[in-house]
Amino acid sequence: MNKESINRREAILSAANNLRWEIGENFHDKLMESIYANASNISGKAVTAPGKKTRFSWERNLDRLLTSKYLGFPVMFLILGIVFWLTVEGANVPSGLLASLLIDTLQPVLKGFSLSIGLPVWLAGVLIDGAYLAMAWVISVMLPPMAIFFPLFTLLEDLGYLPRVSFNMDSVYRKVGAHGKQALTMAMGFGCNAAGVIAARVIDSPRERLIAIITNNFSLCNGRWPTQILIATIFIGSAVPAYLAGIVSAAAVVFVAILGILFSLVVSWGLSKSVLKGEASAFSLELPPYRPPQIMRTLYTSLIDRTIFVLWRAIIFAIPAGVVIWLVGNVTIGGETIALFFSSRVDPLAVIFGLNGIIFLAYIIAIPANEIVIPTILMLTVMNLGLIDVGEGAGVMFELDSTVATADILFAGGWTLLTGINLMMFSLLHNPCSTTIYTIYRETKSIKWTVVATFLPIVMGLVVTFFVAQIWRLAAGN
Amino acid sequence: MSEIKSHNCEVCPVHNIGHLKKLGINMSDFNFVVALAGNPNTGKSTVFNNLTGLRQHTGNWPGKTVTRAEGGFEYNDYKFKLVDLPGTYSLLSTSTDEEVARNFILFGQPDVTVIVVDSTRLERNLNLVIQILEITDHAVICLNMIDEAKRYQIKIDERSLSKELGVPVIPAAARQGEGMDELLKAIHDVATGSYICKPHRIKKISSELNIAVEKLSEKIIEEFPNLQNVRWVALRLLEGDQSIIDAIRSGELESIKPGIAESIKQEPVLE
Repeated sequence: MNKESINRREAILSAANNLRWEIGENFHDKLMESIYANASNISGKAVTAPGKKTRFSWERNLDRLLTSKYLGFPVMFLILGIVFWLTVEGANVPSGLLASLLIDTLQPVLKGFSLSIGLPVWLAGVLIDGAYLAMAWVISVMLPPMAIFFPLFTLLEDLGYLPRVSFNMDSVYRKVGAHGKQALTMAMGFGCNAAGVIAARVIDSPRERLIAIITNNFSLCNGRWPTQILIATIFIGSAVPAYLAGIVSAAAVVFVAILGILFSLVVSWGLSKSVLKGEASAFSLELPPYRPPQIMRTLYTSLIDRTIFVLWRAIIFAIPAGVVIWLVGNVTIGGETIALFFSSRVDPLAVIFGLNGIIFLAYIIAIPANEIVIPTILMLTVMNLGLIDVGEGAGVMFELDSTVATADILFAGGWTLLTGINLMMFSLLHNPCSTTIYTIYRETKSIKWTVVATFLPIVMGLVVTFFVAQIWRLAAGN
Repeated sequence: MSEIKSHNCEVCPVHNIGHLKKLGINMSDFNFVVALAGNPNTGKSTVFNNLTGLRQHTGNWPGKTVTRAEGGFEYNDYKFKLVDLPGTYSLLSTSTDEEVARNFILFGQPDVTVIVVDSTRLERNLNLVIQILEITDHAVICLNMIDEAKRYQIKIDERSLSKELGVPVIPAAARQGEGMDELLKAIHDVATGSYICKPHRIKKISSELNIAVEKLSEKIIEEFPNLQNVRWVALRLLEGDQSIIDAIRSGELESIKPGIAESIKQEPVLE
């Protein structure tokens, strides 16, 4: 680039500066005014609208209910509650069927086959007892709930309910200094946090977008619902009379989800009052008309684009994790397996938080995918207790046929109601999965904020479980 | 009888839907680039899916598309690359998703820009239409959701609208697939030059502003003779748009033209 053209370009810019002074400051407003005037003029010529205000009448009434000051939130919780209830109830049977097919039937066949063709025992173990079982578990636990949850959620989306949720949440988020559209990204996070982090692009201001990204992890994602449901059923459900068990454990899960929303509000508030200071920016949100959902298309796209996509991702991560679990359960250091070596040393620390060393180890192994936390915990517990006759032997991830059997193992491992509650808390408040961490980095392009988004929830989780454990022990008097 | 029928079919534009070949993500050797722009939640992605046969996720909430999506279709032996842009209310703001749309229309230089508008909210949608017509000479308006407008007894005279805006206006109901054939024909006609657009330009701008724009445009065109949207660049400069100032300083204003399509690359969508 030569000097002359640099000079010419600077001349253009300085000419622009001079002209800007000549035309005056409110030039932008004038331009917008003439655009609006032109638009109004043109549409006035081309559009004939009805004289009477008959349009939108039933939609207005529905909006009045869904975005009502008093009923808006209860209706929202009710709708979300129904969606989750249908998911939990509907997923049970197909989950069991898949597990009995993939794990009870197919796994021994594969193991027998791989040994019969002469694979070394350790290799057959890594491949079948590690990688294959991890994959089978993820499919049987994740596929049924996703195949129900995603279509239901997409139907709500197609119907036009999401902008109403956003409208309801706007005032709350604005009070804590965040953007009202954060409600949309939060809702996306209930499916998958990585998707929620990407969805934060709809937020204009970088400050508010960062807040939305950092707090998205407080939306319980697909990978964490099964953990919440299982632990709530075992520990909370069994603490109340049998006829209440179902409703109470479902309520406990909804409570944890709402707690997650509260944490996202508190953290948003904290961030916008400290490192990410600023005013909440105003935005206009259109409430689009309600449209009858296209049921078949919704089913098709939500199954193919979301369910299969998320499942595929989970499988990709579960296979290597399965290998790692098999290895830590079988490779020994000085006569102890790595798993035992680690968990027995971390145990004294973990007990302070009302958890145990096995849970910590499971969360480290399960960083790639939250879905495999529970199977990992069960496998490690069995090994620690030497309960070889339960499940399929040491170092094998397995699914137990009934929650009763799972409960027996956990109680035998020294678990109490406190351990259950704190595991639910820690499942809500811990680092995002590796995909989400990577997505956060890609979206923020900042190592600093990725680190914050990763470790902030862990610190919070430890603080919360610590206090729950201390108060619990004080109340119990020991 | 059947012969008469088939003859009638051939002269009807609807017949041409037979010439549509949905190419999905196969976009090699395309002849024309078509951009889909419009306000949020007007059904751009639904139109996109209809034309390409792809299944870009659609949803009834504004701001669903945050990245660019691309697909292809073939019509009358021409191959088109279709680019679905995030919805935007205006070309004058600078949020990340709106910038994607703005930069593409401005620097990606699509052969045709299809502006999808919500028929039930025409006046508001026209604000964006007017801004886009300010920066491009080749556009088609898709009057989407015309069925909903009918339900609310809103009547739109598309011919007078087309006359006012100087570009083809096609009523459509993309969710039902209605009007897609006429839309294809309009895109084809504008791309091949058999329909010459005379796009609307903003009227009633104060005369001093007009003079300022003229003066500045002259200077810009001297330095960047190949620039197409001089008037708009001049307007943005007068407003002090930093990204335009930077583009002038670095000379990118012109040179990005062919390369920009690559530089505003679509990011992989995780959904």
